[in-house]
Amino acid sequence: MGIFNGPCPLDERFTKNDGYPTKSSTIQTRTERAVYDKFKEVENANILNQVKLNRDIHFEYIQGGLNHLNKYFVVLDASKPWLCYWMLHSLDLLGNEITPDIIKRGISTISKLQNVTGGFGGGPGQISHAAVTYAAINVLATIGTKEAYDVIDRENLYKWFLKLKKPDGSFIMHEGGEVDVRGAYCCLSSAALTNLITPELTAGTPEWIKRCQNFDGGIGGEPGIESHGGYAFCGLAAMEIMGKSDEMDISLLLRWASSLQMQVEGGFQGRPNKLVDGCYSFWVGALFPLLEAIMTRQYEKKHENKGKGFAQSLFDRESLQEYILIASQSPKGGFIDKPKSSPDYYHTCYCLSGLSTSQNHVVYDINKHKENLNAGMRSLLWSEDTKKIFVVGDSDNLLKATHPIHNLTIPKFSN
Amino acid sequence: MASYFKANWDDLIPIPQDDGPEPLTPISYDKEYSEAMSYFRAVALKDERSERALDLTEKIIRHNPAHYTIWHYRQQILFSLEKDLYKELDFITDQVIDNPKNYQLWHHRQVVVEKLNDSSKELPFIKEILSSDSKNYHAWTYRQWIIKTYNLWDKELAFVDKLLDDDVRNNSAWNQRYFIIFFNSNEPSEELLAQEVQYGINKILLAPNNISPWNYVKGIIAKSKEQDISVLEGLCKELEEQSIISYHALGCLVDIYESRAKRGSIEDKNLGIKTCELLAEKHDNIRKKYWEYRKQVLI
Repeated sequence: MGIFNGPCPLDERFTKNDGYPTKSSTIQTRTERAVYDKFKEVENANILNQVKLNRDIHFEYIQGGLNHLNKYFVVLDASKPWLCYWMLHSLDLLGNEITPDIIKRGISTISKLQNVTGGFGGGPGQISHAAVTYAAINVLATIGTKEAYDVIDRENLYKWFLKLKKPDGSFIMHEGGEVDVRGAYCCLSSAALTNLITPELTAGTPEWIKRCQNFDGGIGGEPGIESHGGYAFCGLAAMEIMGKSDEMDISLLLRWASSLQMQVEGGFQGRPNKLVDGCYSFWVGALFPLLEAIMTRQYEKKHENKGKGFAQSLFDRESLQEYILIASQSPKGGFIDKPKSSPDYYHTCYCLSGLSTSQNHVVYDINKHKENLNAGMRSLLWSEDTKKIFVVGDSDNLLKATHPIHNLTIPKFSN
Repeated sequence: MASYFKANWDDLIPIPQDDGPEPLTPISYDKEYSEAMSYFRAVALKDERSERALDLTEKIIRHNPAHYTIWHYRQQILFSLEKDLYKELDFITDQVIDNPKNYQLWHHRQVVVEKLNDSSKELPFIKEILSSDSKNYHAWTYRQWIIKTYNLWDKELAFVDKLLDDDVRNNSAWNQRYFIIFFNSNEPSEELLAQEVQYGINKILLAPNNISPWNYVKGIIAKSKEQDISVLEGLCKELEEQSIISYHALGCLVDIYESRAKRGSIEDKNLGIKTCELLAEKHDNIRKKYWEYRKQVLI
């Protein structure tokens, strides 16, 4: 479909405020207008099929950040592995080589952040943090060499995960830190990649995450807290790692996730009645391959009809690509959350990850699925269906496929 | 800054940051921050819990409020020195106003309030933060913790009413409404649930394209033993008769038809299929794939 080629003309897509404007609808209209202006330029010039992913300037922007960040980045001084991951994963999606120089420096940089008590800190000498550890392990996996994997002190990592675990099954982010569903996802994704998932580590966690699913079908940071695209991703991906996705109300979650795609902008909002943001292109976008896999498994279990998965994605892949390419590329390089914002490395990583998720059709190999497979093995069952690639604009826009649980490129999993 | 570290600090040898050779993503720290961090490493190595160490954590936090290691250390100093924690609350208030979306600040406040065991300042504080951003996720998360922990349910419904009067599209406030009804220790009566359904319907009538009260009403109905989704059929038909197009109303009709089709009604099955087609092709084209899937389920 797409915004441009759908049956409803661009000028007639605006959200109705029902003659009852409130603050939410006013800023929504303003945002729709800004995206509309971008789209209109492309429509008037009739150049949708030439829209380009500006690889060169994105590469320069990322390469610059790898070598130098100005003093204002001090606010991310406790997130060094995140900066590395956002940049390296972006390069990997773009198909740029992770050079021997970057590999050497990446391994050295990350190994300086590992604590003897297990896990990784946000900078040298900082205490270990679940989200930072997730990013550090994803950096090492993106580098993908044996030397990179050998950095990880698995024994102490596992002991540290157990220290983060609370009796109710949730995980705190760091010693003395806050609880939310990010903690569960970050620990379990890291544990799956390092083959450390055990019944001891996951005991009680599916039950706790299930309590985070709300009446609207979405998932919040903790039980009772509003549904949110980022936490919904963390919650479902964590359940999928544990093989417990069936415990969730999947049809309600699908309905909620679908409702977040915006009818003018084509991108996703993170919560109902909030504004579009490019980063949800991945957080919400990646829910779809997960949901499609879960629903396919459930369908086949019921019908004993192996091999009949969902032929198509259950969201509008074209519209999402239109939003990312036309409304969220910065002319200076990098990506933005929405028009008039400035680029940053976080949005660059997640806009590219979302672009990849909407171009490639990544599927779970149902024929190799067994109930008793461990989490690491199940993560290997995801692959791209190259017959179902769909690229908006220039054919050179195609990115490498990304894994819907770990957000690492699929080729990393064949090594 | 140089003068700051002259007096009172000369017993310590600052420890520079060790990033290893040619690190990735190096930050050109300004001098004040890197010097403060070098002294912090020296202080932390001794686990020194002193006034000057406390002061140092504040300096660093002002540069980088997301520095979770520093916050953790600051808590240990505050409690070891038995500092006046009400002053700390004032410090946090100032910081949250400048950084309302910072995980560490909100968590630090929770730790301090727990220690004080005094929640009297909290609801007014959160209200102030919500007055500049009524959907601040951290503020709502913290508010739920305060309400649960200190049993402050009494006036919360009135607070939410006010927010929904200000902006009926505030999804966070709708979520809070559900939280009030279902997360306190009293099981809600069917009478209360019926009232809430009516409240939601009234709000839907103000703006039928607002998704939040639709989700709310359906959520309440799902919990009710006496009502089912069919109670919304009248509302959907009423909107249809007034030629008000709301894809939420049409989607709700799909749910209603589907529930009857499951019990064997061919007529409802056909109505459901027709409505899915209408949504997919015309009224909710961005969700075409979703409605086609719902149609497949009906077939």
